Amino acid sequence: MPVFFEKKQLVTPGELLAEGDYLPGENTYNQENKIFASRIGLADTENKKVNVVALRAFYLPKPGDIVIGTIVEVGFNGWTVDIKSPYTALLRASDVLSRPFKPQTDELSQVLNAGELIVAKVASYDRAHDPQLTVSEPGLGKITRGQIMRVTPTKIPRVIGKKGSMISMIKQVTGCQIILGVNGVVLVTGKNLEDEELAMTAIQKIEAESHTSGLTDRITQLLKDEKAKQEEKKIE
Amino acid sequence: MSEKPEKLIDKKGIRLDGRKADELRPLKIEVGVLPNADGSAYIEHGKNKILVGVFGPREMHPKHLSQSDRMVIRCRYHMAPFSVQERKSPAPSRREVELSKVIRESLEPSVFVDLYPRSGIDVFIEVLQADGGTRCASITAASLAIADAGIPLRDLVVACAAGKIDDTVVLDLYDAEDKLGVADVPVAYMPNLNAVTLLQMDGVLTPKEFENAMNMAIDGCKKIYPIQKEALRAKYMAAREELKEEVEE
Amino acid sequence: MSTLLTRVRQKQIGQLIDAGKRLDGRTLTDYREFTIEEGLIERAEGSARIRLGKTDVLVGVKIETGEPFPDTPNDGVLTVNAELVPLASASFEPGPPDENSIELARIVDRGIRESKAVSSDKLVIESGKKVFVVFVDVYVLNHDGNLIDASALAAVAALTNAKMPNYEIEDGEVKTKTGYSPLPMKSHPITVTIAKINDKLVVDPQIEEEQVLDARISMAVNDEGNICAIQKGCAGSFTPQQIIEASKIAQEKAAEIRKKLDW
Repeated sequence: MPVFFEKKQLVTPGELLAEGDYLPGENTYNQENKIFASRIGLADTENKKVNVVALRAFYLPKPGDIVIGTIVEVGFNGWTVDIKSPYTALLRASDVLSRPFKPQTDELSQVLNAGELIVAKVASYDRAHDPQLTVSEPGLGKITRGQIMRVTPTKIPRVIGKKGSMISMIKQVTGCQIILGVNGVVLVTGKNLEDEELAMTAIQKIEAESHTSGLTDRITQLLKDEKAKQEEKKIE
Repeated sequence: MSEKPEKLIDKKGIRLDGRKADELRPLKIEVGVLPNADGSAYIEHGKNKILVGVFGPREMHPKHLSQSDRMVIRCRYHMAPFSVQERKSPAPSRREVELSKVIRESLEPSVFVDLYPRSGIDVFIEVLQADGGTRCASITAASLAIADAGIPLRDLVVACAAGKIDDTVVLDLYDAEDKLGVADVPVAYMPNLNAVTLLQMDGVLTPKEFENAMNMAIDGCKKIYPIQKEALRAKYMAAREELKEEVEE
Repeated sequence: MSTLLTRVRQKQIGQLIDAGKRLDGRTLTDYREFTIEEGLIERAEGSARIRLGKTDVLVGVKIETGEPFPDTPNDGVLTVNAELVPLASASFEPGPPDENSIELARIVDRGIRESKAVSSDKLVIESGKKVFVVFVDVYVLNHDGNLIDASALAAVAALTNAKMPNYEIEDGEVKTKTGYSPLPMKSHPITVTIAKINDKLVVDPQIEEEQVLDARISMAVNDEGNICAIQKGCAGSFTPQQIIEASKIAQEKAAEIRKKLDW
């Protein structure tokens, strides 16, 4: 039962990965007993399953995902939200207001207006309908402070790091609250602008240099150096 | 206007541009060149210079063009006014409309359209300089741009033409050979699936000559495919190091 | 708005084709019955109407005079246009030619042009200055599948009965003489369209078959049995072997039609 690639080999769409008794995993498909890659990425096997970790993909919503989105339009009983996926998401008025929705008296744009940011959870999504969002859980809702940045969704795991080590370190050194939307949108909230910018710089560096080794050390160093500079400035 | 040459291929089998009958023009491909597009690629094939940008998957506008059970692919093949010898009007010509259609139909078999209902992708092909065989070069680049946008594909689509000049079947005709030659057969192909997704012919060929030309074009596709793959890998090769380190989600 | 095929119907078509049959009882390589009526539009210089099954296409040929293209001073001009008239199908909308009508026109044009069906060198009135311009207008009246073959046949039939006015040059001026001459024709190309359904090759797809096909391929064959135009269409694919098989079928069917029409 042959496998035609080495562990973590870079494969391109259409490349033959395996033949015979294998199952198609992520970013693969099977045809006539053969498994082919469907996206560019790193191929690997997990028991009998052949997976490709995609290096380039777009965000497809899954119920349960925490995402950060922008209000695009105020509708008559809810809002349309851009969550950087092929489908615009919907947030119902009844989900946001803690009481029944009265269209005659409730002015939705006062609650959430176009251009505002929210942290939400994907409540439902299927082939026939656009994703529905909910903000009725703690930690979700309108974003009032902080800065937004975008990261390729496939690099979010690198920003998180092994067992969350990378993101914890950034949070600790900068004192910032960081929410990583699964859809590649990141919210950084700090006590001051400098802390926020430092966190953002670190995340940008991770995205740009995610392919290199020794990155953890370099990020640690960057944070340390910048923090030291900040301390010096304060003393002056 | 230059004189029509007497022979397009000489007794030694050398063509006017110095190539042998089965030789490809020089090829250079780069993936990920347009920062605003979701996926992009640039190809130089002989004197052809073609840029492709892909947007999507995204919601279709106007909405009534979307389909409830599949993704819609829109393709626009367009030539820049300065791309050809005599300035071409920027308005879409009938040829561009036909080519937009056949190019779209050559790429569609490679896309898993059923996976993303109610969405669409736009493929924009801009021919910056033309010298024969632009539809083939466009398809090769467009397929890469679609892959670069992270859209899952069955295989890359690669394209190449063959034809007949004087009495010889040759590979990869450039503009002069196309205009003065006997026949031109462009072919688009998915190598891993042995599937021909574009096939056209103009000129006159016996059935046997057509078979030879088609096979020669498919061989040309097979020669270009590794170059196409390599262009895609080159952009992401650096990224490979990243995920080699153990990373948990 | 297209007339969608029900799943039951789709399945039925597939099952029949797997058994080598079609909805209307034909074999996979049979054409529908067809008739061609010539010269029915007196105002046009040439005309023909084909009924291929229920597909109904009328082609009118108008011959005018005009300037030749600068790079071909000794050739007349031929131009083909196609209209998918809204009354022909619920799915045709009024408006400028869309990609389908442009593709149809260009495929018909290619077959005629590459086979040199019309002797364009005999269309010159005054070299470099005045030539005959032949307008071929394809008018689809009812769409029941395979517009390509129907249009191509009707176009060639219309050209064969087309007449051009006689001209002479007197004192450097072009004057009309009485009488007409037939349009000089050298070849009668025949286009054969083959669809791929359930991996089988099916000749002359009727409209419901067109809605389930994977891909189609059209090949124009000239009097000598050589291929002068090919167009693969629709969003599926063919293996190289299927294409070679299709070309054999196309030649066979073209020869049959040529015999039937005595071209």
